[in-house]
Amino acid sequence: RGFAGAVVYVWLSVVLGLIVLPAMFGVSLGFTDLYVKALVKTLEWATLRIQRGQKEEDAVPAHLPNGIIEKDDGSMEEEIGELRRSHPKSLAGGDFTLCDAFYFCKKGIESIVEDQVTQRFTSEELASWNLLTRTNNNFHYISVRVTIIWGLGVFIRYCILLPLRVTLAVLGLSWLVIGTTLVGLLPHSNVKTWISDLIHVTCYRICARALSARIRYHNKENHPKKGGICVANHTSPIDIVILANDGCYAMVGQIHGGLMGVIQRSMVRSCPHVWFERSEMKDRHAVAKRLKDHVADKTKQPILIFPEGTCINNTSVMMFKKGSFDIGATIYPVAIKYDPQFGDAFWNSGKYNMVSYLLRMMTSWAIVCNVWYLPPMSLQDGEDAVHFANRVKSAIARQGGLVDLFWDGGLKREKVKESYKEEQQKMYSSMIVGQD
Amino acid sequence: RWRLFSDLLYKHNFSEIIQRASKIFVSHSQITRLYSRFHSLDKGENGALSREDFQRIPELAINPLGDRIINAFFPEGEDQVNFRGFMRTLAHFRPVEDNEKNKDPSAGEPLNSRNNKLLFAFRLYDLDRDDKISRDELLQVLRMMVGVNISDEQLGSIADRTIQEADTNGDMCISFSEFIKVLEKVDVEQKMSIRFLH
Repeated sequence: RGFAGAVVYVWLSVVLGLIVLPAMFGVSLGFTDLYVKALVKTLEWATLRIQRGQKEEDAVPAHLPNGIIEKDDGSMEEEIGELRRSHPKSLAGGDFTLCDAFYFCKKGIESIVEDQVTQRFTSEELASWNLLTRTNNNFHYISVRVTIIWGLGVFIRYCILLPLRVTLAVLGLSWLVIGTTLVGLLPHSNVKTWISDLIHVTCYRICARALSARIRYHNKENHPKKGGICVANHTSPIDIVILANDGCYAMVGQIHGGLMGVIQRSMVRSCPHVWFERSEMKDRHAVAKRLKDHVADKTKQPILIFPEGTCINNTSVMMFKKGSFDIGATIYPVAIKYDPQFGDAFWNSGKYNMVSYLLRMMTSWAIVCNVWYLPPMSLQDGEDAVHFANRVKSAIARQGGLVDLFWDGGLKREKVKESYKEEQQKMYSSMIVGQD
Repeated sequence: RWRLFSDLLYKHNFSEIIQRASKIFVSHSQITRLYSRFHSLDKGENGALSREDFQRIPELAINPLGDRIINAFFPEGEDQVNFRGFMRTLAHFRPVEDNEKNKDPSAGEPLNSRNNKLLFAFRLYDLDRDDKISRDELLQVLRMMVGVNISDEQLGSIADRTIQEADTNGDMCISFSEFIKVLEKVDVEQKMSIRFLH
């Protein structure tokens, strides 16, 4: 019993001394950087060995980030116009030809072979294997040496890293709950705000260590300021940890039950977050009012919102819901791009629940990502919220190297709106009978 | 863990599938990509696609002729299509120049010949497969493409005019040979082909 006690004691001291304390002070001992460098070398070695060992016939086609088929970029008018070019123009009113159907046919078949939307709701395909079984989709050939390294990797990830990370996560969250509850007892003052911010930031720093996260922030001069709204593309719940490592935000969201609810309730004791009951979320005006009130109070932290409304796989940015862009506050766009080689951060909520997702995160190699702060944007004269939202979305997509899509992230679960089909029908009709 | 096994099962049959598939699609990398796509569309993971699996593609769901195109994958009376059927239908859209690499005299007319491409398009119109496009069938397709934006009368006259132009034997329907004649100058090879980026 004495031995077991000593082990626990040493373990906790190491964790606290070498990881938790430096994390809280924002000091890096350089372990993560070393680890990532070693990882990169190992993965390069593994890739070379796999490529060398592959038989010619089994060669997996190279990963094509720009798609697998050629697509014509022309508009409906241009494409159908080309089709009809050789067809004699009819004189009696109505301009339809049998070959018009070819246009829709080809577009349909193209979308069956490859479409822009369905691929966004599953994890990104990797160009080369990163020694995790979960990403081994197309790689059939594994040599003995690579298998041994893979096995070693499994051991390291599950038996060494996982317990360490779980300990850190538990410590971080306990710190948050206890700390914010205690701070909540203090009367309102500048000191209270300062301590609250400290507690929040240190918790997120510990959590970042719990994921072996290596985050690089760019353009820190554009960091979101009080009274503004910070918007970012959404890949996973971890986005919050990533962003909050570099500053304090007021979170927005639905109140949950269980552990999540406990954390939410204690957080709001020390500083104002915007939590909604499920019933309140349906009332758009109530939501907008609360956000407006929060933003108007210049002592409160900037609000953090993910306008996509759902997790996307970090290869594209999908439609931004216009709600946050209608408030009239300054928008601070932020682009987050994860490096999938070290761990896939995307939360496929249809496939994994929160617990399995966190387990996968904590048994990945690391989370490596870049965060870009973009210059603030506001609603221009004569611009409506939808146009503004699209403008911000394009800016984020451009910075993060992501594809800018107009499609709604809600298509993950719901059917597409009929209005898109009706738009096409309208456009085609005007080609047949001319604009009236 | 079970997911891993089903993936392995897919892979086990993989080389067999490639072997047989190379008679339909020549390029190994194209077959692999199409297989990967088939697998990702197959939500039920039972090695076959249903109509719902196709309708889950938003770009196809908003295509005015989406339902007709999906129909082309399902032979008479069936509601599941396997990978072989999937590829056979898509093979109609291989570029014609691909055939240079696969000169097999006993193979018969390839699926992606100009004639077969036109036949594919003809069948989008000819729902009851009686080898004629009747006025009603033409009206149905027109209605799908224009939605609610054109009146019945106007659409009717467009249909009548189209049949009049194409119909040479006076049966008020468009047969396949009449269809080919009307479209003889259209660049079918270009407009009904999908090119893979290698």
